[in-house]
Amino acid sequence: MSRMMLRNMRKNQKGIITAVKKNGELGRRIRDMGLVPGTEITVQGRAPLYDPVALRVMGSVISLRNNEADFIEVEVQP
Amino acid sequence: MTAQFRIALAGNPNSGKTTLFNALTGSRQHVGNYPGVTVEKKEGVYRLENTTIDIVDLPGTYSLTAYSEEEVVARDFLIFEKPQVIVNIIDAANLERNLYLTTQFLELGIPVVIALNMIDAARDRGIEIKEDRLAEYLGVPVVPIIARTGFGTRKLMEETVRQAAKKKEWKPKSISYGEDIDSTLLVLEEKIIASNFLTDTYPGRWVAIKYLESDQQIISRGRKENAALSAELEKEVEAVSRHLLETMETYPEAMVADHRYGYIKGILQKGVISHKYDKDRLYTSDRIDKVLTNRFLGPLFMGLVLFGLYTFTFNYSELPVTWLESLFGQLSLLADHLLPDGQVKSLVISGIIDGVGGVLGFVPLIMFMFFGIAILEDSGYLARVAFMLDRIFRIFGLNGSSVMAYILSGGIAGGCAVPGVMATRTLRSPKERMATLLTAPFMNCGAKLPVLALFIGAFFSENKAQYMFFFTILSWTVALVLAKLLRVTVLRGESTPFVLELPPYRFPTLKGLIIHTWEKTWQYIKKAGTVILGISIIIWAMMTYPGLPAKDKERFALQRQEIEAAYPAQSVAGGNMAVSEQEVAERARLLAEINRAEAGMALRYSMAGRIGIALEKVSFLAGFDWRTNIALIGGVAAKEVILSTLGTAYSLGGDQEGNVSLGQVLAADPDWNPVKALSVLLFISYYAPCFVTVICITREAGSWKWGAFSMIFNTVFAFLLAILVYQLGSLFY
Repeated sequence: MSRMMLRNMRKNQKGIITAVKKNGELGRRIRDMGLVPGTEITVQGRAPLYDPVALRVMGSVISLRNNEADFIEVEVQP
Repeated sequence: MTAQFRIALAGNPNSGKTTLFNALTGSRQHVGNYPGVTVEKKEGVYRLENTTIDIVDLPGTYSLTAYSEEEVVARDFLIFEKPQVIVNIIDAANLERNLYLTTQFLELGIPVVIALNMIDAARDRGIEIKEDRLAEYLGVPVVPIIARTGFGTRKLMEETVRQAAKKKEWKPKSISYGEDIDSTLLVLEEKIIASNFLTDTYPGRWVAIKYLESDQQIISRGRKENAALSAELEKEVEAVSRHLLETMETYPEAMVADHRYGYIKGILQKGVISHKYDKDRLYTSDRIDKVLTNRFLGPLFMGLVLFGLYTFTFNYSELPVTWLESLFGQLSLLADHLLPDGQVKSLVISGIIDGVGGVLGFVPLIMFMFFGIAILEDSGYLARVAFMLDRIFRIFGLNGSSVMAYILSGGIAGGCAVPGVMATRTLRSPKERMATLLTAPFMNCGAKLPVLALFIGAFFSENKAQYMFFFTILSWTVALVLAKLLRVTVLRGESTPFVLELPPYRFPTLKGLIIHTWEKTWQYIKKAGTVILGISIIIWAMMTYPGLPAKDKERFALQRQEIEAAYPAQSVAGGNMAVSEQEVAERARLLAEINRAEAGMALRYSMAGRIGIALEKVSFLAGFDWRTNIALIGGVAAKEVILSTLGTAYSLGGDQEGNVSLGQVLAADPDWNPVKALSVLLFISYYAPCFVTVICITREAGSWKWGAFSMIFNTVFAFLLAILVYQLGSLFY
């Protein structure tokens, strides 16, 4: 088990969010989508230019930009 | 007993809210705007025996904070208009996240009925929900429905009426947000209640929560009501913020959100939901995405889809457009036939019929476009387009969804900015949306194409294709660069977060598509129709008045008489004097020539002509003479007018044949050269959008200021560009 930022996760890698280090509008929009500590996510894929990234969260698919993913810390499963 | 209730329909985007609204109200809908903002307000009526239920469809939101117009509108509606019940629609396959909005309704205390939608799709995914348990733990009724088929909707409305009839007081629910927050909340709430701070409007605890969430709308209202107390509250919040940041590296708003989810998880874990399959199982939608967002196949397929949308909008609407054109042509003929020659006739034909025809001529185009976009949007594909293209458009301060507006506006040469500007509705981020709708008119729309074709044909005939391609690429460059410019100046600001849901692919319902298309088209007809008619009459008057002085008119009349005397028509000849076909043709030609000369002179003499001449003082910098100026003024009404006006100014006929000869005339005219032609072309490509577009910009942007901005900004930019090219070019040519 190791912690890393969401940006660095590989395709199909799974993990559990440990922190969302952002307030304000961006922080709020991230949380609105269910991206809060304790939530399990899977990297579903990336756009053709590697950015944004698509995640599976609570049964839906959410996309966010890499620089937005930088605020999300994940404990990845091996 | 008859009764009337007013309820609100709320839920996340993609939860099937619009489908439910359509299923409930059918065609009994009314679409308008919330006062002062561009957010659509949809209302409809549902009848349950003797009960009339007025349903307000709130904008789809994930949350009730104050960051977007939609959320503010939804929140203010609930608080100030106090609907008796809120029907909260929830996607059953996405229960946990959808309940986040529900908890915020509960915090507010408004009576809620949950419509648990798409239980069939959830079941297919192996998700079983015990709705009675969910209802028990949340303390609100839950009715399972399938909005697409109408299953359960009657039961939903019966339950809603039952709840509304109880006329319950609002009872805010207290959720625990953790020790630190809870203790601060108690302090804040006490102070708020003690001085009756904002409590006439909002529940006390709710105001306290909003202060902790740094909600700008509530805080600024609070400062207005009681600045001292507001400062005191803000100080408390600051203290707990500092504490949280030091001890846990987090923020009060984050704690509140986390605990809302905690509350939801707590409920769901008590046997409310069970998953039959492994949660990581790939659904059909994910499999489709493996192909459609694939690194190579994705962009290829997207190109085909966008090209398809373009073809669908412009090619398939051609037939109805022709029908409308011929209908208005018939009307013109009829007016020509019925009305006596003179001012009234000219007003009816050139002012009214052409003006109204100009607006209605766009209707098939707009219907087809909205139908195509509705398919892309309802099926879920549009979100994928935004996803794939975001990286590129972000460079210019836009986002992935901007591409559609550009393509429809003429990114593939021959579009139209009217549907393009309207298509920006699919962009959720306000600044990106503004930048897109202000730059979309730079694309080469279908009306600019004949102008391009004529000038390129006349002056650059050896490289036609290259020049056409060059102008298309240049339009994209200009639009994107100016979008960037706007985003760092008047529309400055960080890019709006692009946290976007990629909803599962779904088959759109025909009913939804038709309602969608019709209501948007009708809005266009209603709003644009009235204004355009007025403007079209003004432009007509400018090009007609003042008429030629009597002595000039007499001179032309005299010339006509001379011709008529020299070439008598058969009827006047009386008897059997034969008139050869050649003579008839010659007579017609000469008469037409005089008419054209008179029209040309009248145009020069008119208001528009005088303005054109006066403008020469400035426009000579870019090489434009008065004739070009008049044509450009006319082009503000519609770009189609440019060539016909230029034709009249050169005393040529305005029909198709006239256009061909206009090209020859310009090519032969010593006043014209390729540099001047290029300068005029660039100006036409980028100056003020046509009036229909300006009206659409005004409406979509929500203010006349933006309509005026687009006219002034575009014209200044185009003029500077034209001057630059003309002056530099003249040095070398």
